[in-house]
Amino acid sequence: MSRWILASLLSLLCFTGATAQSLSATRRAQLHDLLVQDCGSCHGLTMRGGLGPALLPATLRDRSRELLIDTILNGRPDTAMPPWAPLLSRDEAAWMIDELRHGLTPR
Amino acid sequence: MKPLHYSPTLLLAFSLVYFGNAAADPLRGSGDLALVVERATGTVQIVETSANSSLCRVGGLGDLSHASAVFSRDQRYAFVFGRDGGLSKVDMLTCRLVARTLQAGNSIGGAISQDGRLVAVSNYVPGGVKVFDAATLRQVADIPATWGHQKTSKVIGLVDAPGQRFVFSLWNAGEIWVADMHNPARPTITKFSDVGRNPYDALITPDGRYYLAGLFGEDGMALLDLWNLDAGVKRILPGYGKGAKKLPVYKMPHLEGWAIAGRQAFVPAVGHHEVLVIDTDTWELAGRIPVHGQPVFVMARPDGRQVWVNFAVPDNDTVQVIDTQSLRIVQSLTPGKGVLHMEFEPRGEEVWISVRDRDQLQVYDTATFAKRSTLPARKPSGIFTTARAQRIGL
Repeated sequence: MSRWILASLLSLLCFTGATAQSLSATRRAQLHDLLVQDCGSCHGLTMRGGLGPALLPATLRDRSRELLIDTILNGRPDTAMPPWAPLLSRDEAAWMIDELRHGLTPR
Repeated sequence: MKPLHYSPTLLLAFSLVYFGNAAADPLRGSGDLALVVERATGTVQIVETSANSSLCRVGGLGDLSHASAVFSRDQRYAFVFGRDGGLSKVDMLTCRLVARTLQAGNSIGGAISQDGRLVAVSNYVPGGVKVFDAATLRQVADIPATWGHQKTSKVIGLVDAPGQRFVFSLWNAGEIWVADMHNPARPTITKFSDVGRNPYDALITPDGRYYLAGLFGEDGMALLDLWNLDAGVKRILPGYGKGAKKLPVYKMPHLEGWAIAGRQAFVPAVGHHEVLVIDTDTWELAGRIPVHGQPVFVMARPDGRQVWVNFAVPDNDTVQVIDTQSLRIVQSLTPGKGVLHMEFEPRGEEVWISVRDRDQLQVYDTATFAKRSTLPARKPSGIFTTARAQRIGL
């Protein structure tokens, strides 16, 4: 339990406010598309789930941000979730988690 | 020649629903139609493949990510399976949504029975198959995919088979089920367990005899001979990726349709940038063709002379063409980012390609590879010709 809190605190320290500024508007638009179209192929265009679980704010709220970022970057062994590290930076994965936790706005 | 028995008012009504095709004779066949899924907007576009034009658009179909369609035998109605569990019946001639039911929370496709009277949907949530009357979309059967201790499995790879049967696979359970629908309200189910880890999709041979499920959780495929159910499920291509490092799979491959040419079948390798060639006499690996990325769709032109392949992210701007005699890639095209699906015209002289990020449908000549037409479409994904109505398993 305390490890989770520590991890959450660390992730807050490391990432709060760091990501939004470092990504260009163009890149953020690309990542948004990636979330909807490519993550959406398994998690549903509206993130209500499919082969992969739902990624709605309510389902992500209580999960460690750090572990969620790690899931994007390294995938989940023995599931269909692939590691995205070859295609995404840590900042980008963090931005995507924040978007999902906030709730995706259609554009 | 004008049909004399139609009143002017009726003609007017017809031409109104035929917007986009105002000059057309109100009587037309439907054998050259196709339905295009516009997945982000919950709409489908009806196009015709004789002159390659758009006829109309139908809306209100819900979340159409991963949507697919099957057709009534008369090729007039399309049954569209949406991700959100919606089953929609579209009249392609009058361009109307004629029936719709939200039958589950999360779905992945469906099939129409041999006699055309039943439509089945495979569901993730609640895991199982539901069967509906094709005329009314009234539910006639519910087949929960239960396994283990009160668990339910996501269902994939649902196809129709001769003998008024539906065949499908259980992703979580690693099982294949055959449902005999002669008595629609009381299906007779035959179950095969331990077919392999995580079957992700399946197909059936054009003669309706063999059901082949791809496995995500291991190298190999599961084969069921529907003429000899007693023989059980046979594992084929064990360890096809042996020795090679498995690459990340950014989009689940599809086994829709049967890419078959002579005695060779072509399927995507999972986690390898290869198309596998299977000898359909021995069901052994007959070759492997290196390709541009992780294959998603591997589709044979109707005459079997070519196989067209598209790819997962980040290589989804490319399409490659394999010559089935030499097993060599003879053409690489780059239609644009987000190539999601390909569909041949019934006799294969042209192929339609959906290019999501360009909001385009592109039509190519399959002999010269020249682009013949470009049509606007909103984030198009699946393209389905009505010719599928007459084919087993589609």
